[in-house]
Formats: sequence, C-alpha cells, structure tokens
Amino acid sequence: MSTSDYDPACLPDLLPIYYRRLFFPFSQYYRWLSYGGVSKNYFQNREFSFTLKDDIYVRYQSFTSQNELENEMQKMVPNKIDIGAVYSHRPSQHNAVKSGTFQALEKELVFDIDMTDYDDVRCCCSAADICSKCWTLMNIAIRILDRALREDFGFHHLLWVYLGRRGVHCWVCDDAARKLSVAARSAVAEYLSLVKGGEETVRKVVLSDPIHPFIKLPLFLLVILSVVERYFQQYTIVDQDILGSKESVDKVLALLPEDIKKDLAVSYKDEKDPMKQWDQLCDLVERKKSNSRKGGQYFDKEIMLQYCYPRLDVNVSKGVNHLLKSPFSVHPKTGRISVPIDLKELNTFDPFEVPTISLICEELERPRADEAEEDDKKDKENEQEAGERHRIRDYKRTSLAKYVKVFDWFLEAMARSRKGEMLKKSDLQMDF
Amino acid sequence: MQFSGRRKKLIGNFQNDLYDQCLQFYGQPPLENISLTEFETFAVERLKLLKTVENVGVSCVKNSEQYTKKLDAEISSLNFPHRGGISEYEKRRKDHISHFILRLAYCQTEDLRRWFIQQEMDLFRYRFNCLHSKHKTDFLHKNNLKYETVSAEEKKNLKDKLIASSYGLSGTKVEEHDVYKVPFQDALDLVRTRKVYLLAGNAYIPHHEIVTIVLNDFRTRLSKALAVMFYSDLVISLHCDWLSSFVPLFFCYSHAYVGQDYSIQKNIGKISLEQIDALSGKSFPLCMRHLHKALRENHHLRHGGRMQYGLFLKGIGLTLEQALQFWRSEFVKGKVDADKFDKAYAYSVRHMFGKEGKRTDYTPYSCMKVILSNPPSQGDYHGCPFRHSDPELLKQKLQNYKVSPSGINQILELVKGMHYQLACQKYFELTHNVEDAGFSLNHPNQYFTESQKFLSGGRDIKKEVDMSQRSQENPASVTHPSQANSKQAHEEMGDLDSFFQDE
Repeated sequence: MSTSDYDPACLPDLLPIYYRRLFFPFSQYYRWLSYGGVSKNYFQNREFSFTLKDDIYVRYQSFTSQNELENEMQKMVPNKIDIGAVYSHRPSQHNAVKSGTFQALEKELVFDIDMTDYDDVRCCCSAADICSKCWTLMNIAIRILDRALREDFGFHHLLWVYLGRRGVHCWVCDDAARKLSVAARSAVAEYLSLVKGGEETVRKVVLSDPIHPFIKLPLFLLVILSVVERYFQQYTIVDQDILGSKESVDKVLALLPEDIKKDLAVSYKDEKDPMKQWDQLCDLVERKKSNSRKGGQYFDKEIMLQYCYPRLDVNVSKGVNHLLKSPFSVHPKTGRISVPIDLKELNTFDPFEVPTISLICEELERPRADEAEEDDKKDKENEQEAGERHRIRDYKRTSLAKYVKVFDWFLEAMARSRKGEMLKKSDLQMDF
Repeated sequence: MQFSGRRKKLIGNFQNDLYDQCLQFYGQPPLENISLTEFETFAVERLKLLKTVENVGVSCVKNSEQYTKKLDAEISSLNFPHRGGISEYEKRRKDHISHFILRLAYCQTEDLRRWFIQQEMDLFRYRFNCLHSKHKTDFLHKNNLKYETVSAEEKKNLKDKLIASSYGLSGTKVEEHDVYKVPFQDALDLVRTRKVYLLAGNAYIPHHEIVTIVLNDFRTRLSKALAVMFYSDLVISLHCDWLSSFVPLFFCYSHAYVGQDYSIQKNIGKISLEQIDALSGKSFPLCMRHLHKALRENHHLRHGGRMQYGLFLKGIGLTLEQALQFWRSEFVKGKVDADKFDKAYAYSVRHMFGKEGKRTDYTPYSCMKVILSNPPSQGDYHGCPFRHSDPELLKQKLQNYKVSPSGINQILELVKGMHYQLACQKYFELTHNVEDAGFSLNHPNQYFTESQKFLSGGRDIKKEVDMSQRSQENPASVTHPSQANSKQAHEEMGDLDSFFQDE
C-alpha cells in the first residue's frame, strides 16, 4: 500500500485528474440526486457548495444537467464539495427571487459521527488521530444507528460514508426522510442521543428516571445494550484498558456513587485483573439496586454506554438547509476519498485501506491486461455507456472500484423500490 | 367523507352540532352576531382564564392535584365549559366565541402568538384529560382524526413490546383499550423522549397517551390559523373598520391587569400616617417598601416613584388630605420649601386623586404595569425590584430585611426564571412565615390587603366569603368589570406620565 505517499502539496495537481478521468462517478452521482426524476427540477434546484484553492468558499451552486455539473467541476476543481438542500428555485438564481420565497424544501436526513467527540473516553488516540482500536467505536455506532433507523423508523435507503480521516456520515435517502421537517429531524436525533453534556459534565448518561424510578429499562435501551455488550469487554476493558491505569480507573469511578466507589477502591487493591474488576463493579451495582428503595440504578450500563454509545452532533441532523460534505470528496489532509461503506463487510472495513487520490492516480498509470478483457465484454452488453467506455475503464482499474460498486448497489435498491411504488400506485388506479 | 357536505347543508342544525361536545378544535369561526358587551366580556373572561392557566402552570407541577384543583375552580367561576354537563350550551358558545376573539388580538406578533398557543394548549390538554375515555374516542371521530387502531391480533403480538415501551401500560389495558398506530412524524414529542414503541416508522400509542398526539395536531392547526389570520384581509381591514377601536384595546388587555382595580377604597381614612413606617416593613410589597425607604432617606422621589407609590398609598386608603400632608412633610425636610411644594408637587398629588385636569381618578398600578412599563434609570427607585434590581443588590436588600439565606435562594431562582410576581409572593411567604401565600399576586395593593388580612387573623373566613361573592356578582354585573377595565385600559393608553416634567 503506497497510501502513505500522499502529499497534500500535490493535491492541486491530482484533483484535475480525479475529476477529468472520471474517478468521480458523475453518472451515478447524478442518478442519485435525481431520485428517478419523479420530482421535476429536483437536481436543478439542489444547492452545492465548493471550497476552492486558497480556501475560497462559494455557495448556491446549482446545475441544470449532469454535463453542466461535470464541466463546472472540471473547470473549478474544487478541493471540497458540499451538498445542501433542494430549494424552491435554482440556487444559482436565488438573488433574483423575491425575498422570503426562496426556501429549502427537502434534503436527506443526515448524521455525523466524529471521533473527536469521544476524546474523553479514548485512551489510544485523541483529536484527529484514529487507530484500529478506536475504530471499533465507529463500528458500534454504525450498527446501532443503522438498526434503529431501519427497524424503528422504517427507513430503507441508508448510505454510510467514511470521510477519510476521523468520521462517518449517514445519508438517509428515503422519500419520507427527505421531506422531514426540522422538528421531526430534531426528534429523531434526540431519540438516538443518549450521551449528553460537554466538558463540564462528568456523568453523561443517565438511565434512571427520577419521575418513574421503578420503571424497567425501555425496549429501545435493551436492544442497544445487547449490541454494546457484545463489544464492551474486548473493546473497552482490553483494547482501551479503562481499568489499566490509576488515571483511567479514577475516571470510571467518578461515574459511580460514593458507597460503590469506596467499596471498589478497597477491592481493587487486591484484584488486579481488569475483567474481574469489571465483574466486581457490576456485582456491587446489582446489589445496591436490589437493596435500594430508590429503584432502578443502572450505573454499570451507564458506564458501558458512556464509553461506547454513538455520539451524534444533533445540529448537523436538524437543519433542512445544512450543507454536508459530499461522498467521493477528497480529504485534503489525508488524501483519502470519502467512500461508501458496505455494511455487509463492516467487520472487515479498514479505514486505513481506503485509497488515497495519489494511489488511484498511480494505479491509473499501471495498465492491467486481464481487466481490459473483462471490460470489453461488458461494453458490448452496455450500449448506453458506449460513449463512456473509456472512462468507465479508468476507475475500474483502481482500488476505488469496489467502493463505487457499493454506491451502485445502493442506487439499484432505490430504483427497485421506486419501481415497486409506481406499480403499487398504478394498481390502485386501475382498481375501482 | 360526508362530514364536510353535512356542514354546508344544515346551517340551522350547525350550531347544535357544534356545541354538542364539551371540547372542540375551534376549526370553524362563529357565525352569529353578538352584542358589543358580550364581545368584550367574553374576551376579558377568556383572558382571565388563560392568565390563570399560565400562573398555575408556573407555580404547580402540571397535571398534579394542586394544578387540577386550581384550574377547576377558575374554570367554574368564569363559567367556561367544564366536565361535560348536559346543559352547557351557553358555556360552550362562550368558549367558542371568546377563543376566536382572542385570536384577533393575539395573531399580531410572534410573541403574542407564542403565548396564546402555549396557554390554549395547556387549557386544551387539561380539558381533554378530564374527558371520559368514551368521550375522548368520540372527540377523535368527530374531528376526523384518522388515527388507525391496531387490530386485536397485532396487539397480541406486540403486547410485550408495548408494555416495555410505555409507562403505565399493563397487559389488561392493552387488551381492553385501543392502541393507535400513528406515523412517527405525528408523535414527535413521544418519539423525542422515547416514551413510545416505534416500529417501521409507526408509533404505537396507547389510549391514555393519545392526548399528546391530539395536542400536536391542535398546535399545528392553531399556529397555521393564526398565521393565516395575520395575513388575511380581515385583519388588515380591521384597521379601517369600526371594529378598529377594539383592536388597540386588546393590546392593552394582553398586558392589562384584569382583576380588582383598587379604585374603590374600602379602607378609606382607616390608615393614619404614623402607621406607614411600620406598615412598610410588615405589609408593603418589596417595591413599595423600597420606595418608602428611599423617600424617607432622600426626602424626595422622582416622578415615576411618586406615581407608583402615591397611587399605591391612595389604594391602601389614604385620603387626599393625608396624602398632601404626607408628601409635603417629607419633601420639606429635603430641598423643597413649603411654597414650592404647594406650587408644583401638590398639584400632581391632587391630580392623582382626580381633582385636577381631566379629573380621571387614576388607579394604582398593577404588577404587570410596574414590571413592563417605565423601567427605572439612575436615580429612580420605582419599578419592580425583582425585575429591575441587579440580583446582587436584591440579595443584599433581602439580607438587610432579615430574609433567610435559603429563602433568598428560592427568590433568586424565581427571578432567574423571570417569575417576578412569584418571587414577590415568595417574599410574602417568607416575611409572613407561611408556607403558601394563598393568593396569586397581581397587584401591590392586593399584597397589602392580603397581608393585613393575614395579620389580623381573618384570612380563611374571608377567602370563602370572597369566592361566593364573586360567583354571585358574575352573571348580574356583567357590564361592571368591562367598564372598570376599559377605564384602566384607557389610562394605560393615555399619556399621564408625559404630562409632568421630571426633575
């Protein structure tokens, strides 16, 4: 892997290649954002923003066709691309519209998970760094959120994207999701939020309800805890070694009430095996709960959630007009492409294997005989893409190919579901 | 749905249909003509009700026993529809009409809209919760709230999950009562707090929780209706119509005091000047105690302070002669000689008593007026100390007056939450050493009267007498409150303050 060859200074030279040689999957991108052309002008009224060389930021970009999008991007060579909302009018003409009538109408429901939000519970890295140990947090976050969005909220079309350094995004693309109001987005985000509070808050997860102290834990939490428990021992006790040093043990103890803290301080003098230490903690909590008149206390579960549960930025999800980094953008510091994540292979997803722009440009130069044959066969089948024959071959020769495939599957699933909807509708119409 | 067609056909039966339910969504405006008196009275009484809803909502935990009792009492005493009695036609008509009248006033600004929606929602929630289960279902059907009920079989399959997700739900409840299936977008409050079972984008709501959904609906409809009304031709043309004389009145009503106006002094002449010092410590609200102290110390008060304190003194029973003597004796100790006092200040005292100029007998300021208008500046001592004093200074003052530290903290908490009148009520409770003041503070003179009542031990008996008197007065003297209130309203619109020069 020569991903370490990426040098940010080369970005201005590599980007034109990226956009021109159609690494950037323009036709799929256009298919995605047109959503089957069901709504008129859906693509044309979508806002994009570009960050250009020297950090010049331009908003309210919009395009009337795939061609125009391609041409503009190849001309402007943006360092970063953001996607905004679908507006009532073409964003590029927003100044010509009567004030008050230019409105954001629809946008995907999005979630942003940033590893720096976990800094208070990560021992291995901090700030912009990540490693294979703390990547588990992303794994847990994706699993929990994906399940909740699909099973609880009934969403089907979720695109998870790795951003190239320390975060992931989730784009929920269902029709219903795109039409959600600000209040609804905020309610969904709050439903999914369990870790609350900033630097001044020590205990960030509170599960017991002071108004209904004897109520059992709700179903939503039981499901989540079953996921977290699967990872907790290995990730938190072993990898993060939260009971390994005095400092980290103190952090854990700070989340517990005085009496349990005292008892543990004593028993930890003798017991040094972290697994057993954790068991002792859980026993004490259980004992306190059954003796207590105050009802359910879930300190051990709260600790698990504080160390593992996904931390979302609610503000990103709330706004209909919020601009969010586009998939297939290039990360300027690491050079990695923001690629879709295949959830079926989530356990083996390695953020350090995601190709950088320099890698794929390099791969482009290496001719591969066997791949060329395969492509020729496919070209004969695909009449439509005959004109783009040359272009398709380009990215398929690189490590980017498998990630674009994930994007293709995502688009196919949406197309199938749209077809299903239309059939349903026409069936209803034929029935009287 | 045949529902809308039915409405167009049977205008005659329309009214009966509309008022056959205790509670309504206010979907249709009233279609009849009413007298001006009824118009004003209905509006004022609903405003009183909404103000009580606000006060009770702040001082008690919502839906607690205390909350319910207080609201119950207010709703009956104001003759609004209550718990679905048979002969409630008149009350329901009043409920309907008064709601729409207040819409006219409260659609005007963002703040007014927000306040109105909040109180109407709380009132609606309270009344909906009072309905019997059957009436709740009737209400949903009548208002076309198409919330799908879950089939018995589906209920059986989901029973455990439902019980695990909703507080207060037992197995029997699930079997016996309906469970509604609602798209999650219509149940955001329950979703946000995770108080509901969600599956595939639908929220499964047990019968007793349906009020949250209905409230959501209520809020959306009312919010939209107010916005539409604001932009409608009706409201724009109101400014040119003969009705336009009422719209400004409502701005005043929105912040107007609508209780007793203390212009008819029952205790006139019963207070002697020598008592005032002692009374200021015992029975004056903090603002007046503060003003009195400043007057004694500086032998002077500026115009705002003279008005606020002077009218208060009138309200507690000082005669004009007493007032003149009081002010003169104090000012003369300062930089003002007797002659100057007679020339300049005496006039304004007489004016306060309605003996000069347009001879309006001005009424003492209510708390609302003190809090909202004419904020004090450097050198002023008027205003509401809970509102206008810096918290540190307020704390010091309370310490000087020997209020306990925990009491001071409670007061400061209320001040932080902007509950100035409750803070003053708390001051009453602390200085009179009583747990519950037993009244909702709205007026400095009310503070004084209640305090005197309490100190003379006659409180409990008096309270009952007052309640029965009120309910007797209400139907008979329907015009009286409105007259008194237009008077106060006119004053507040008038420019008394700018009449005099400040020194």
